[in-house]
Amino acid sequence: MASKDEILAGLAEIVNEETGLETEAVQLEKSFTEDLDIDSISMMTIVVNAEEKFDVTIPDEEVKNLKTVEDAVNFIDNAQG
Amino acid sequence: MSRKVVVTGLGAITPIGENVQETWKNALKGVSGVHALTQDWVEKYDLPVRIGATSPKPSEDVVSRVQAKRLDPSGQLSVAAAREAWTDAGFSGADADTSDELDPTRVGVAFGTGIGGVWTLLDAWDTLVEKGPRRVKPMTVPMLMPNGNASSVSMEFKARACAITPVSACASGTEAFFQGLNLIRSGKADVVIVGGAESAIHPMTIAAFNSMQALSRRNDDPEHASRPFDIDRDGFVMGEGAGAIVLESEEHARGRGARIYAELAGAGLSADAHHITAPATGDEGGPARALREAMVSGDIDPADIKHVNAHATSTPVGDVPEAGALRAAFGSAVDDMAVSATKSMTGHLLGGSGAVEGVLTVLALTERMAPCTINLDNQDPKIDLDVVTTARELRPGDMVAISNSFGFGGHNSVAAFRSL
Repeated sequence: MASKDEILAGLAEIVNEETGLETEAVQLEKSFTEDLDIDSISMMTIVVNAEEKFDVTIPDEEVKNLKTVEDAVNFIDNAQG
Repeated sequence: MSRKVVVTGLGAITPIGENVQETWKNALKGVSGVHALTQDWVEKYDLPVRIGATSPKPSEDVVSRVQAKRLDPSGQLSVAAAREAWTDAGFSGADADTSDELDPTRVGVAFGTGIGGVWTLLDAWDTLVEKGPRRVKPMTVPMLMPNGNASSVSMEFKARACAITPVSACASGTEAFFQGLNLIRSGKADVVIVGGAESAIHPMTIAAFNSMQALSRRNDDPEHASRPFDIDRDGFVMGEGAGAIVLESEEHARGRGARIYAELAGAGLSADAHHITAPATGDEGGPARALREAMVSGDIDPADIKHVNAHATSTPVGDVPEAGALRAAFGSAVDDMAVSATKSMTGHLLGGSGAVEGVLTVLALTERMAPCTINLDNQDPKIDLDVVTTARELRPGDMVAISNSFGFGGHNSVAAFRSL
């Protein structure tokens, strides 16, 4: 089980791998689309990689609700439980 | 009077060089790019063919780490070769949007491939089998589609006139020249980035080409495995890489003061409608017709042709008909043509081969040197051609040089370049 800090750090690495954005740019309050400029296909790649990294399932219909990094961290944190 | 089309930029990433200059230097020296394959899958699947001609990876300055994750290996090679050609052409910006002398809607792309994103396709299949459908990457489809390379080049350079993908097996690269020539002649575009790429050295493709007896099995002697026109040739060697050329209407090139390498004077295209893999032969066979069409297209007299970059893959069945086609189309003028088979060094780049050979053909004209045909120890007596074994100087004066490509499916394409 990863802590919330570990989830944020792991997510930042995945975003960096996919987009080249610095890991420091991936902060809880940032919006994936508005702030980080992540398109839908990149978002799906990030979701698939996060599922693998944290051993969770993020249903497709849930992805649209993950507007901010914090939404994703919270979802993964709950899903781990 | 149709518009003259000229070559203003060259790019290549090949088994014998990471750029045009290195590839050309090694093509004159007679360096082989063929080597033993050391990937773990060679042993794992006990492959009967264990040699290939791999190309260098594009540097991160050209294809960034993030970009590389979104491109099939063949797409990465495409962008790298096209970037070199673009830079060589001397445009003022990094793409058409930022180059004042260009109208992006008048810049096109014609970039061929034989197979497309075969690594992406098969990796995705492995992922599906091993990890299930959820793990198959969302970028899989855009990375595997055969038009992916043309699309990536178009996006890289903001080329908005069109992005077309000739897919005609091993004729694809040269067919791209045909398409580019016609896009400019017809007035559709002023500038076209043409080329071809392949990255298909995969255990499945090796197994498949081997099953059809197309590949050399000279596993213990890789450097001598690709031997076009030699009596002991036993198949082609799979290669990978990409070539790219910037084509431009002469008016547009002169208007911006560009350096001009040569004219793409004409191009020919034909289909055999004969056999899925065996070449058509004789006077009316597809290869001879494509050669004659290129002459008509460029108003070329066979006597003007002094150099041929042959398709010559080193297969027992392919090389002889090409020699016959040249004689059928050109008659005794063939005796005055210096013929080079550069696949002896690069291996067979499939959809990339015609593009790389086009680059070498342009350089043969400008540098007045015909590159090597290595491993020609005993020329097949059925091949009545003047084959250049060690690099040979071409005489000064006006001349034409041609590059041939013939593909499975009976696709034949010829590009004819004229010195300026």
